[in-house]
Amino acid sequence: MFDDLRDLYQEVIFDHNRNPRNFRVMDNADRKVEGFNPLCGDRLTLYLKMSGDVIEDASFQGSGCAISTASVSLMTEIIKGKTEAEAEALFKTFHEMTTGKDEAIQLEAVGKLAVLAGVREYPARVKCATLAWHTLDAALKNEQKSISTE
Amino acid sequence: MTHFPVEKIRLDFPILEEKIRNKPLVYLDNAASCQKPNAVIDTISHVYRHDYANVHRGVHTLSVRSTDKFESAREKIRAFINADSTKEIIITKGTTESINLVAQTYGKANLKPGDEILITAMEHHSNIVPWQMLCEQTGAILKVAPINQQGELIVTEFEKLLGDKTRLVAVVHMSNALGTINPVKNIIDLAHSRSIPVLLDGAQAIPHMAVDVQALDCDFYAFSGHKLYGPSGVGILYGKRALLEAMPPYQGGGDMIRKVTFEETEYNSLPYKFEAGTPSIADVIGLGAAIEYLNDIGMDAIAAYEAELLNYATEKAKQIKGLRIIGEAAEKGAILSFVLDRIHPHDIGTMLDSLGVAIRAGHHCAMPVMDFYEVPATARASFAMYNTQQEIDVLMNGIESLIEVFG
Repeated sequence: MFDDLRDLYQEVIFDHNRNPRNFRVMDNADRKVEGFNPLCGDRLTLYLKMSGDVIEDASFQGSGCAISTASVSLMTEIIKGKTEAEAEALFKTFHEMTTGKDEAIQLEAVGKLAVLAGVREYPARVKCATLAWHTLDAALKNEQKSISTE
Repeated sequence: MTHFPVEKIRLDFPILEEKIRNKPLVYLDNAASCQKPNAVIDTISHVYRHDYANVHRGVHTLSVRSTDKFESAREKIRAFINADSTKEIIITKGTTESINLVAQTYGKANLKPGDEILITAMEHHSNIVPWQMLCEQTGAILKVAPINQQGELIVTEFEKLLGDKTRLVAVVHMSNALGTINPVKNIIDLAHSRSIPVLLDGAQAIPHMAVDVQALDCDFYAFSGHKLYGPSGVGILYGKRALLEAMPPYQGGGDMIRKVTFEETEYNSLPYKFEAGTPSIADVIGLGAAIEYLNDIGMDAIAAYEAELLNYATEKAKQIKGLRIIGEAAEKGAILSFVLDRIHPHDIGTMLDSLGVAIRAGHHCAMPVMDFYEVPATARASFAMYNTQQEIDVLMNGIESLIEVFG
C-alpha cells in the first residue's frame, strides 16, 4: 500500500525507530545540547563524552518522528570513535546528501546513513533528518544552548 | 444520510479532480484552508479581465464599476453574518489582522496597567500573541480560562476569572485544534452582565455554521475569507458601530482619511477609517462570490451534513486500536484531531500523503493545547462540505495500514 514510500521509510529506519540505539541519559557527558524542531515538536538531547578530540561515546534522549529518531540513533552509532574533524566532515556530507545539492554524492562516504538519502524527495521532512546533525554541530562547537531548526 | 448534494458540489471544485501521487486527492486539511469553487475562481478572473481598477478613487467608469462590486461584496458579507450595517464590516487581510487591529486600537486606547484580558486555554496563537504584545505595551495582564480533558471550556472557572479588572474577553468560537464549539452566547451574556466586551475568533466557525452577530450580541467577530471557500489574503472584522466609532484608527495611509494637511489629518468615516491602502479588491469580490455560493446551499444544510461526516469519522476512528482522539467535546465541529501509539503525526502525514490523503500534522498553531494533552503534535483530519464518507474510508483504511507497516 505504501510502495511509493519505500525509499523514505526503509526497514533500517523502522528498526531504529522501534529500537533506538544509545537511547539513554549520559551522566558524565562532556557536552550536552538540546535540539528542537518547532515545526513538528521534535525534541532531543544529545550527550557526548570526549577523549581529547575523539568522540568516545554518544547518546540521546527525546521524542520525534521515525525519520528524526532513526537519524539521531544512526548518528550516535556512526560518530563514536570519530574525531571532531571527521564528524564535522560527515555532517557536511550528510547535509549535502539530504538537501540534494550534490546529486553525484558518493553514498559510500556516509555508510549506513545512506538509508536517509530518500528524504531529499520530501522537502517537508528534511529537517527531521538533519535535526540530529545540527545538534551535533552545536555540541562540537561547544555551544551549550538549545538549537532550533527554524 | 439526509440528502445533501455533495456530488454536485464536488463538481464545482476543480481541484478535487487532482491526482496526488497518482491517487485521487482526498483533501482533509480544510481547517488550514478550504478549496475554492468555480464561482470564486471565475469571479476573480472576471474582475481582472473586465472590471478592475482601484476603488473609491476615480470618476472613470472602471473605477466606479470596481467600487460597486467591492461595496456590494461588503453588503453580502454584512448580510451573511447579519450585521446591522456595512459600516461595521472592516476589511482586513485575515483573522489575524482583525484581532491585531482590535488589540492595537481598542486595546491600546482602553487598557491600563493591571487591567486584564481573558482568553481560554484552547486559543490559536493568533488569539494569544496579539494580547501578549498588548500586555507588554500597556502593563495589562493576560488571564487564561482552563479546559477539561474533553477539550471543553470550564465555564464556572471562566466566570470566576471575570473580575473588576477584566476589560476584554477574547474567545475562539470553534477550536481549530480540537473542534470544540464554545458556548459563546453564554460567555457573552456572562461578560456583558459585567459590562465587558467580547471578541470572538470565528476563523474556524464561519464555514461550518450560520453566524448571527446580532443574535450573539458579540462586540467583535473576526474571520478569514480563505477558510470560507474564498480567497486568501482577505478577512473581516465585524465590530459594533459605537465601539468602532470610538476607536482610534489602525494604520495610516490612503483611503482612511478625509482631509490631510501637514498640520493635521481628519480621518474617514466607518468602515474606511480602518482600511488604509488599496485593499485586495478582486479577492474581496471573490469572497462575496463564495458567500453567494454558500447561501445557495444553505449554512444549516452544510452544518447538518458535516455533523454526519464527523459522527461517521469518529465512530470509525474509535474502532482503530491505538488511536486516541484529542478533543471530544459534546459540541464539536467537523475536526478530528488524533494521535497514534508510537507513531509520530509527521509520519502519519507523510504516509497518508502517499495515498493522496492531505491531513495536517503538527501543533496547529496551538502549542498550549498540545502541552495540555502532553503531546508534541497531533494529526488532524478536518472536513468540509465537499468531503464524503468514501473519503473518510480511504483515510481510516490508510491509518490502519500504516499502523501495520510501523508494527
